[in-house]
Amino acid sequence: MSEREIEELKKLLKDALEPSGNDELQRDLWPTMLRRLDELPVRVPWWDWVLLAGVVALFCFFPVTIPALLYHL
Amino acid sequence: MELTERFAAGDLDAFEALFRQHQAEVFRWILRIVRNTATAEDLTVEAFWRVYRAHARFDTVNGNFGGWLRRIATNVAIDHLSRSRREVPLPEDLGVAPSRPGEQGELRRQILAALRKLSPPLRGAVLLALVEEEPYEEIAKALSISVSAVKVRVFRGVRILRKELSRAGVQP
Repeated sequence: MSEREIEELKKLLKDALEPSGNDELQRDLWPTMLRRLDELPVRVPWWDWVLLAGVVALFCFFPVTIPALLYHL
Repeated sequence: MELTERFAAGDLDAFEALFRQHQAEVFRWILRIVRNTATAEDLTVEAFWRVYRAHARFDTVNGNFGGWLRRIATNVAIDHLSRSRREVPLPEDLGVAPSRPGEQGELRRQILAALRKLSPPLRGAVLLALVEEEPYEEIAKALSISVSAVKVRVFRGVRILRKELSRAGVQP
C-alpha cells in the first residue's frame, strides 16, 4: 500500500468526519464528578470480614463466651 | 507536599485541583476518539473516576500525572467503542460532517459503515492518526504501545477500510 493510497483514504475520512479539533468543553464537569464520588460504595476491608467470621464462629462453638463478652462490653 | 503527592494520599482538594487543570484536555482527547460531545463529557467523568479510585497506585516519584491520565482516558474511550459496537449504531455516534444530499451523502454513509467494521483498537488508531492527524508518538504513549505497533494498527485499519470500501463499490 502506497503513501498516496493512505493519503486518498485520509481525505475520504476527513470529508466524512469533521476533525474535532475546535470543540471545547462547554461546562465545568466538577459538579458531575462530585455526584459520582458521592456514589462511592463503602468498602469493608477483608480483614474486618475475617474478624467478624472469627467472632461468629467463636459464638457458635463456645456459646458460653457470649455472656462473658456482654459483661465486658 | 506537591499536588500529585497530596492526590496520591487521597486528598480530595488536590484531586479537584488536578481535575480542573486537566478536564478540558481529557475531554478533547476523548472526543477525538468517540466523536460525540455528550459521550465525551460522560467518559471524561468516568476517566477521572477511575483515576480517583486508583490514586494510591500513582507513582509520585517517577510518575507523570498527565501521561497516566491520558492512558486511562484512552482506555475509557476504547472501552466505550467496544461497548457501543455491540449496540445499534446511530449516524451521530461518529460525529459526521454536516449532511450533504445525494451521491455525497451515500458515499459518506458507506465510509462510516466501513469505519464501524474496524475493531475498537484499530478504529481508535485510525481516527487519531488519519482524521485528527495526531503524531504517532502521542498515540503510542496514550495507548501504552510502541510507535511501530501504532503504525501496524493504522496500516491494518487502512487495509480493512479499503477492502470494505471496494466491496461497497467505492474506490479510495
